Amino acid sequence: MTRQLLLALALGAFITACTTTPEQTQDPEVVDGTDASAPADEAAAAGDAGVQTFGADAERDAIIERLDDPDSLLSERIIYFDYDSSTVQPRFDEIIQAHAGFLQANPRVMVTLEGHADERGSREYNLALGERRAQALKQQLVVLGAMSEQLRTVSYGEERPADPGHDERAWERNRRVELIYPY
Amino acid sequence: MNVVKYLSGLLLAVLPILPLPLPAQGELVIVIDTGVEKTLPIAVVPFGWDGPADGPPLDMHVTIANNLERSGRFAAMAAPEMPQQPAQFEHVNFRDWRMLRMEHIVIGSLKQTAAGDFEVVFRLLDAYKQTQLSGFNIRATGAQLRRVAHRISDIIFEKLTGVRGAFDTRIAYVTVREGADGDQRFSLQIADADGFNPQTLLKSEQALMSPAWSPDGQYLAYVSFEGDNSSVFVQNVRTGERRQVAAHEGINSAPAFSPDGTRLALTLSKEGNPEIFVLHLSDNSLQRITRNRAIDTEPAWSPDGSKLAFTSDRGGAPQVYQIDLQGGVPSRLTFAGNYFARPRYAPDGAGMTMVYEQDGAYRIAYLDLDNGALSVLTSNRLDESPSFSPNGSMIIYATNGRYGSELAAVSADGRVHQRLALQDGEVREPAWGPFPAD
Repeated sequence: MTRQLLLALALGAFITACTTTPEQTQDPEVVDGTDASAPADEAAAAGDAGVQTFGADAERDAIIERLDDPDSLLSERIIYFDYDSSTVQPRFDEIIQAHAGFLQANPRVMVTLEGHADERGSREYNLALGERRAQALKQQLVVLGAMSEQLRTVSYGEERPADPGHDERAWERNRRVELIYPY
Repeated sequence: MNVVKYLSGLLLAVLPILPLPLPAQGELVIVIDTGVEKTLPIAVVPFGWDGPADGPPLDMHVTIANNLERSGRFAAMAAPEMPQQPAQFEHVNFRDWRMLRMEHIVIGSLKQTAAGDFEVVFRLLDAYKQTQLSGFNIRATGAQLRRVAHRISDIIFEKLTGVRGAFDTRIAYVTVREGADGDQRFSLQIADADGFNPQTLLKSEQALMSPAWSPDGQYLAYVSFEGDNSSVFVQNVRTGERRQVAAHEGINSAPAFSPDGTRLALTLSKEGNPEIFVLHLSDNSLQRITRNRAIDTEPAWSPDGSKLAFTSDRGGAPQVYQIDLQGGVPSRLTFAGNYFARPRYAPDGAGMTMVYEQDGAYRIAYLDLDNGALSVLTSNRLDESPSFSPNGSMIIYATNGRYGSELAAVSADGRVHQRLALQDGEVREPAWGPFPAD
């Protein structure tokens, strides 16, 4: 819920940013992604009186479009795990392959891998388990072509359940790694 | 009340982290589930009152009787059943009490002084010997009366059981409430061991974990996710000042103060894998303790400071190990199951409590370190975070209740069970503080 809200806010901020140039944003990634330098140089070459104008966010726009395409595997961003296990199951191979390919094609895109655990057992052990799950996914993404510099891992253990329930169904949903793109 | 809530909401919007002692909204309510058969009868007579007509600020005898009953070792006589309610030694008719087979009587009085303070007199009497076993005369402010009642309870407990009482101690815990926006609000709180007098030490919009007391009771170490990752803080309980002591890449967690207070054992994965380190608080130097590709976490100091117990899945599943700080290979302590985690030594070092999985249920267990015997103390489904009282007689832990996580306590022998429910939210990760400094 929080995440959707944040995403909505982030997108809202992005739309606002589009309508006002030059863009001002605190996200360092965004600053990196805005210098669509080739078209800007052309504009500068065609320009006059030492004034330059820049379009912003074209690359970012394309990235968001690709990530949000519901028909794309990239819209699948949660990998689930078995109890007390950090083994990435083969049923997620295609999704992971899609993200690795996307990261390889967009080397400036960063993604955070958020590891989580279900509530059973001790909290601190679950924090470690969440990290190990995130690292297992990171390793696969790197093997498939992503750069490790693009991948940040963080564990929240059992502290941020996707489902607040206390049964097997909730636990299945909570043993996960979420791929969080900063868009 | 509404104003306070409104104000704290406003402050939260500006500062997600607020390290100030604030009065908490709800107090913990204690319900004794199961008692033991062999309890000691005791009569705590309502204290005499010399002061304004609206009565004393605290019913001392109620707090004392509740404490003693909560320990599971005493059965307190109800006031209407008492043959008399004397406030002074001279007025006690010992024969009346003996006819009811009441051996131990507590009497006392409370007198408001001209300065507004209170004079408290307390006596523990033996009806058969017709003598005073213990007693004192003390001056206290109104705010100190509850603490005086806890100290009286401690004296009675020690005198009659031979074990030092732990009523005048505090517990730390994490509460979780839902904010108006539906998001969770976390706070780190401390309260008296009976759940009264809760105070907030930290409020955060991000999760808080693993509170741990310093041995002098003046500091709490804890894990906070306020910076989008786990990091470890040490906070002064009285002033609210705090210091971030570990914020490395990876997890920073599971802090535990050494018995001499100079070091913090903790779990860091800055080298790629969760390992146990000892942080020297004077110079922030780190000493790595474990070296293994498995998860190593949840360190606990042996009471003599020579060993650390910890959880590791180096054998394929989480088990409890122990390592000598002088060096050597960790030895595995648990064998009789697939899941043992989060060890805590008993204050006498003879055993430890931990989380134990049995048929899919997570329970609190006690492991006798002399003979290796394991006793399962609880019978719920999702128990965790056990913590010994400083006298070793009780273990407080978190369990799953009607409102989500709530606190419960069990006597170290598994016979007395209590629940401590917060009225308006979840309570988790209890840590029982040390004895007060004298």
